[in-house]
Amino acid sequence: MTIKLSIENLSKIYPTGEGVQNIDFHVNEGELVTLLGPSGCGKTTVLRSVGGFIDPTSGAIKISNKEVHHLPSEKRPSAMVFQSYNLWPHMTVFDNLAFSLKLKKVKKKEIQMKVEEVLTLVHLTGMEKKYPSELSGGQQQRIALARALLLEPEVLLLDEPFSALDAKLRHELREELREIQSKRNLTMLFVTHDQEEALSISDKIVVMNNGHIEQIDNPQEVYNAPNSLFVAQFIGRMNFIKGKSVNNTIQIGDLTFIHNDAYTGDVTIGIRPEDIQLATANTRNIEAQIDKIMMLGHFAEITLKTMIGSLKMFVDRQQMEQFVLKSTIPIQLNNFLVFKETGEVLNNRRMEVYENI
Amino acid sequence: MWYLRTFGKRKIIEFIFLCLFMLFFFGPLLNLLLLAFAGEWQYPDILPKVWSLDWWSFVLQDDSLVRSMWLSFLIAAIVTLISLIICIPAAYAFARIQFPFRRFFLFSFLLTNAFPKMGLYVAIAVLFYQMNLMNTFTGIILIHIINTLMFMTWIPSAAFENVHKSQEEAARDAGASPIRVFWHITLPMAKPGIIVACVFTFLSSLNEAEGTFLVGVPNYQTMPVIMYSIIADYPSTAGAVFSVILTLPTIILLFAARRFVGADTFANGFKMK
Repeated sequence: MTIKLSIENLSKIYPTGEGVQNIDFHVNEGELVTLLGPSGCGKTTVLRSVGGFIDPTSGAIKISNKEVHHLPSEKRPSAMVFQSYNLWPHMTVFDNLAFSLKLKKVKKKEIQMKVEEVLTLVHLTGMEKKYPSELSGGQQQRIALARALLLEPEVLLLDEPFSALDAKLRHELREELREIQSKRNLTMLFVTHDQEEALSISDKIVVMNNGHIEQIDNPQEVYNAPNSLFVAQFIGRMNFIKGKSVNNTIQIGDLTFIHNDAYTGDVTIGIRPEDIQLATANTRNIEAQIDKIMMLGHFAEITLKTMIGSLKMFVDRQQMEQFVLKSTIPIQLNNFLVFKETGEVLNNRRMEVYENI
Repeated sequence: MWYLRTFGKRKIIEFIFLCLFMLFFFGPLLNLLLLAFAGEWQYPDILPKVWSLDWWSFVLQDDSLVRSMWLSFLIAAIVTLISLIICIPAAYAFARIQFPFRRFFLFSFLLTNAFPKMGLYVAIAVLFYQMNLMNTFTGIILIHIINTLMFMTWIPSAAFENVHKSQEEAARDAGASPIRVFWHITLPMAKPGIIVACVFTFLSSLNEAEGTFLVGVPNYQTMPVIMYSIIADYPSTAGAVFSVILTLPTIILLFAARRFVGADTFANGFKMK
């Protein structure tokens, strides 16, 4: 696989002291890589640096192995899709799309052809004469995407492109984007703060926090094996229990959690709600009282009171009759992670046993 | 009282207020219009006894009056053009560049409006004498521009601010150089605000009398200046005819630009950011 975009040791420090530091990752050809993180983590700074709208303090940005970070954005082989669409309201859809082609002095007939072709791709044929204000939000973003595609970019940059749209439309456009990507073999760098979006569309996720990278992995790994407390907190749901580790054991109430790495100090145990289940055997059970039931469509979120603290678990709609409010049930924990006080994961493998004394 | 039942008290009071306001706003204009076409009109009569176009033909046949009209329009056009050239870059800078004392400079444009005009003009006249600008065309243009700077900077500046920076960025991204971005994206998007500013500049120059009188007389007499002497020397009908001629371009221009003239364009222009 060839590397299309590589970001090498990029830093951008603002006068306020904030910014991003030591950002280092690459995007392979045809890959969709997501920059994921809470607002203010610096993901947009990285994206805008690639697009040429921010001058990085240090580091290099290469597209197809050519340094681009000293070029103005109009000379870079990248194209950007903005969160706020940014169509030009005084131009028709056709003129919006044809703008870059006219600048390149493409022949009129060819412009016509290319615009029609890209409109078909985004399912908006026949919209040439409309003005942006006559289109819905979803349509506007499709046009913005089409405008970026017409630049035939080597790297397509997307800055939270769907976050202004409602949930259903967002879903639809995500799928369309994936379709277009496979049709055109696009290389994309996608910024979002929506973990669900990142998990569903990415080939690779770069999780950012506070101006640095926390983890780079495929969605599966980021979810299953977060390498820090931050990633675990930010992606998916997780129960956290505070405890103290002495060598390989963590004692909480009557429960002993055993892990591989010898460590002594305060720790946080993380358990995904779906890793808590109704006990199937008699060993290693924990008694839990059902405190709250919240129906969330096809599944319910149940809050349990246990001796190790309050835990949340997910239950399928079909199995709901087994769970009665205020009743006591036996549960088992199938998996857990242990994080050091610094937030680092103690052992990146999910595993381990816990013992009931 | 059928009307009370049909419309209700509130509607009727509102209607009476509307009529009063209409009378207040349009009464003088109507009076002016009637007067301009009156041949004989004495106090208790509501309408003129005799209609006539005599004063129209007098005004339109008097060479010096016709010349003053041309001069007024020429000056207004030149003033608009020059202040456009001066103020558009300034307005863009105010909207886009964060420089020290930005708000202070923006605010300073108000200062010319803060003093009594005549006092300001007299002070300027002293300068103009030294620079040999008295009784010159350039002098008149300069004194008009002093008045129009504020409109021409504040309103377009707000219009530029309303063009999102990211819309310019999208154009850069599409391959346009900064100059092309300004020409194809920013300027057309700010056009309504700029047109409104131009209309007001043109009109305020067209109606400017005090400064022109001080600097231009006797060589350059524009319509408003001549109107003073007409009102003093001729019957009121002549003054009315002249006023109508002066009012006409205002109405035509405002009507033509009505698409762009809205309360928000002004509100934006006078917001201090």
